[in-house]
Amino acid sequence: MSTSQSSDHDSKQDLINYVLRLGDDALILGHRLSEWVSRGPFLEEDIALGNVALDYIGRSRMCYNYAAELSGEGKTEDDFAYLRDERQFQNFLINELPRGDFAYTIARQLFVDVFNKHYLSALLQSKDQTLAAIAAKGIKETQYHLRRSREWTLRLGDGTDESHQRMQTAIDELWGYTHEIFEHDDIEQRLIDAGIAVDAAAFQKQWLADVSAILAEATLTVPDAEWAVRGGREGYHTEHLSLLLTEMQFVYRAYPNAKW
Amino acid sequence: MQQIPVMPHEQYQRLQLRRNSPCAELWDLLDEVKDPEIPVLSLWDLGVLRDVRREDDTVQVTITPTYSGCPAMDVMREDIEILLRQNGIKKFTVKTVLAPAWTTDWMTEKGRAQLRDYGIAAPNDVQCQSGKETPEANVRCPHCGSSHTDRVSEFASTACKALFQCRDCSEPFDYFKNI
Repeated sequence: MSTSQSSDHDSKQDLINYVLRLGDDALILGHRLSEWVSRGPFLEEDIALGNVALDYIGRSRMCYNYAAELSGEGKTEDDFAYLRDERQFQNFLINELPRGDFAYTIARQLFVDVFNKHYLSALLQSKDQTLAAIAAKGIKETQYHLRRSREWTLRLGDGTDESHQRMQTAIDELWGYTHEIFEHDDIEQRLIDAGIAVDAAAFQKQWLADVSAILAEATLTVPDAEWAVRGGREGYHTEHLSLLLTEMQFVYRAYPNAKW
Repeated sequence: MQQIPVMPHEQYQRLQLRRNSPCAELWDLLDEVKDPEIPVLSLWDLGVLRDVRREDDTVQVTITPTYSGCPAMDVMREDIEILLRQNGIKKFTVKTVLAPAWTTDWMTEKGRAQLRDYGIAAPNDVQCQSGKETPEANVRCPHCGSSHTDRVSEFASTACKALFQCRDCSEPFDYFKNI
C-alpha cells in the first residue's frame, strides 16, 4: 500500500470519528431531554422539551447516516445508536448528566445552546459539504432553542428566591463540565487543519462573554470554581451514561432486527 | 399603503424547475402525496418536494426535511414509494438532500391558503414581521381573521408550529413558524 493510500484511509477514519462524536453529542442530549416528556412542569413546556429533543435526535440521525455512508460496511444509523457500548460513545460529558430539576435542564441548555450557536456557525464553513449542510439545518433550530433557554434563565434567575437558588446551584454544578467542550485531540486537530472540523477554542472567550451577559441580567453569578472534568471524547464517562444506554438500547438489543 | 406581492426568489426557482421539467406527469402524480400531519398540504406545496427526474428507466425523487427531527419524513418517503408502485413505476429512488436547508419561503401560495382553511396560521400571517422570529403577539387568527392574538407557547403540536390564542374569538390555533 502506498503512503498516499494509507493517509487517505486515516483521514477518512478521522472524519468518521468526528461525525460520530457530533452524532453522540446530539443523541445523548436529545435522549436526556426526551425524559421530560410527560414529566414537564406544565403542558406547553412538556411539548417544548419534547420538540427540542426531536431536533437533537434528528441531528444525530443525520450524523449517523453520514457515518454509515462513509464507512460503507453495510452499517446503518441504528448500529451506531444501539449497538455500541459506553466506551465507544464519545459525547462530551455535559450532555449525559441526568436531567436534574427544571433549573438544571435549563442551565445546561443555555450553555449548550450558546456553544452550538458559535459551533454550527463555524461548521457552516466546513469544506465537508454534508457537515456544512447539517450545520445549516441545525443553526436555525439552535437560534430558536437559545431564545427560549435565555428567556427561562432570566425568568428563573430573576424570579423567586427558590428559583434563583436552584438556577445558581445548577450553574455551579455544571460549570466544571463546560471546559472540555472547547478542547480537542489530534484527530480533530488534523480535521481542523484540513478545514473540516471546528476549533471551538477560537470562540471560547465569546461564549464566556455571551453566557456572562445573560447570567448577569438574570442576577446570577458566573462561578469562579477551578475544577474541570474531561474525558468524553476519549470514551471515559460518568456513571450516568451506562444507565442511559441500558434504557435506550434495551429493546433493540432484546429483539434484534425487529421491525414495526 | 398598497403592497405589491412579490414571490420569494427561491419559490420562483422551484416553480421554474417544475415548469421546465420534461416529466410534468410525475410532478402532477406526486401532488397526491400529502404531509401526514397536515393532510391538506401536498409535499410540493409544503416545499419538501425538491426535484423529480427520469433517468433511463429510473424515476428519481428528491425531497428535503423540514426540521431535523421531523417524524413525518419517514412516512412521506413511504407514501411516495407506495404511490409510485401503485402507478406501475417499478424502478425508482427517493433521495433526501439537506442543502440548501428547507425554508418556509418555498411554501406555495396555494399551500398557505390551504393551511388557513385547515385552521393553521401561515408563516407570513404576521403583522410587522421583524426577521423570522416567532412573534409574541399579532399573528392573524385563521378562524376569525383578528390580529388580536397572543403566543401561548413557542412550541406546539409539532416542531414546525407555535401555539397562539385569539383574544377576539378565544380560539387557540397553531402558527406555522417562519424559518
